[in-house]
Amino acid sequence: MNERRYDVVIVGSGAGGGTVAQALAPLVRAGKRVLVLEQGPRFADEEFSGRELDMAPQLYRDAGGFLTADGTMTLAFAEAYGGSTLVYTGTSLVAPERVIHGWNVPGLEHGDIARRSAKYAAENHVHPLPPEEINDNNRLFAEGARKAGFQVEQFPVNVKGCKGSSLCNLGCPNQAKQGTNRVQLPNAERGGVEVVTRAAVLRINGDRSLDVRVSEKPAGAKGRPSEWDVGDHRVQADAIVLAAGAIGSPALLLRSPLPLPSSQVGHGFTCHPALILVGVHPQAITNDVGHPKSFYVDRAVEERFVLETCMYFPFTTAKAITGFGPSHSAVMRVFPRLQQILVLAIDHSTPGNRVAVDGEGQPVVRYRYTDEALDGLVRGNRAAARIFFAAGAVQVHAPFADPPLIEARDAHRLDQLIDGRYWKPGKQTISAAHLMGGCGMGRTSADSVTDAWGRVHGLPWLRVADASLFPDALEINPYLTIMALADRVAEGLLADLAALAA
Amino acid sequence: MVRPAFRAIGATIVPEASAMDERAWSDLEQVVEDALATRPLRMRRQLVLLIRVVQILPVIRYGRPFTGLDPERRTRLLDALQNAPVLLLRRGIWGLRTLVLMGYYGRPAAWPEIGYRGAARGWEARR
Repeated sequence: MNERRYDVVIVGSGAGGGTVAQALAPLVRAGKRVLVLEQGPRFADEEFSGRELDMAPQLYRDAGGFLTADGTMTLAFAEAYGGSTLVYTGTSLVAPERVIHGWNVPGLEHGDIARRSAKYAAENHVHPLPPEEINDNNRLFAEGARKAGFQVEQFPVNVKGCKGSSLCNLGCPNQAKQGTNRVQLPNAERGGVEVVTRAAVLRINGDRSLDVRVSEKPAGAKGRPSEWDVGDHRVQADAIVLAAGAIGSPALLLRSPLPLPSSQVGHGFTCHPALILVGVHPQAITNDVGHPKSFYVDRAVEERFVLETCMYFPFTTAKAITGFGPSHSAVMRVFPRLQQILVLAIDHSTPGNRVAVDGEGQPVVRYRYTDEALDGLVRGNRAAARIFFAAGAVQVHAPFADPPLIEARDAHRLDQLIDGRYWKPGKQTISAAHLMGGCGMGRTSADSVTDAWGRVHGLPWLRVADASLFPDALEINPYLTIMALADRVAEGLLADLAALAA
Repeated sequence: MVRPAFRAIGATIVPEASAMDERAWSDLEQVVEDALATRPLRMRRQLVLLIRVVQILPVIRYGRPFTGLDPERRTRLLDALQNAPVLLLRRGIWGLRTLVLMGYYGRPAAWPEIGYRGAARGWEARR
């Protein structure tokens, strides 16, 4: 067992961990030691091939196919230097005021979140793409949505020198996306923060130590070997920041022998269950070139769904199209004519939906769809179908219809054709990438795991700085909000560190 | 028994697969094997069991296994299973279907067939 000592150890290097690492870098100049432990590997720029089956197994947990306990939804999250900021599309929105107000966390104000979000939006070069970089897949969404009577918004995205590969979800092959792997982590490392990859934290002990297992680089795998020797290490720290994500952070707490006063760890997990809808146009459109996500329609308040432009790769698209056989192939074989829309349901945290661990300490996500989420998916299916037809599509594939392929001549009866009675758990492909909750903020250990500054109730040396802090769904893409919350956690820790060391 | 049944299921899910040569099938199966290699042994055993069930089930109704059925009957059987009242069966067929689609559409050889042209060079590659 190798023994090491640091002042602060950060577990995870995504939007939360990367942000905290950069914010704590000034400590190094003051003689402190700051360490980031990342479970996944560090990739070289030239390793991002953009090929689906080449990249997904390297980037994502279970190649992107991590299943909920009942097997009816896949959860997508990355394990790599930069965490899931490697694989999102770079969409960067400020949390809605009504959501932060609704969380009702004492000491957490929307104005503070907005101010910190603006700081990271500027740092990550967040801006709307100019019209000449918008492809047909996005343009048709905006046109169709306006014709169908929806208010359309443009996503600001964090890209610099985007070449329009459309491969954001496989890690940008052109290093254009400004995730923590491009901005905050390199800044932190230049400031003296150490980042160790392929380092899984097995448990956190009550004496503020972490048991860490460093893995060998598997034969044929991408990424560099770990910076540390392969094997088990014990790392002692004055303070520990958990930023392993909404599944990883609660799972780590649950398998750690800590005297946690709260029984809320793992509870409050929620996500935005999502479906891909496909529209078939009579002519080829630009879809697999250009940034994939420029516009959205936000109906979260009124109808519990959000629609976003999207464009996925052959296998992911094939998986999203319900069924099989000739009708399935007929849609796949006109790929250049396909438009895609992602429907995200707003699902609020619900008792019973939670992160747990199995006998080996591995995360298990127990999740049941609420009526509210299913209603959001049905309404979102209908709205997306309207947008496709308004944009000129001749057919729409809607997973909540049976048969799922709807012809333009039937566009007047979408409310009949798309219905919740066609929902069969385990048949349709539903996935989620916005994973939230599990170490929620709140007032006391009776209702939450941490306070508004990510301090774990009863263990002031332990902080949380990722989406697991969300007490409920955010209703938008979460990355800027994670960074804003992580910035608060870092600020609180800087203020408290001297006392914690003593 | 498992490989012929898997290929018959594969060609029912993606009819174009029935025209594939031995090398293309090997590529598809390699993709599936790679995907399963990192999954728990229990999951791999369940998959093999499901393939065996699909192969044997039609004997009860049609007097011949799945590999002996015509394409229409194969489709009907898989459709019944993907709509089965039992979640376990629906999940199983979804998983099997996912693996076949991964094996078929994950191969770069399939991309020209469907017109997919995604490229790291993005817009530059189209000019």
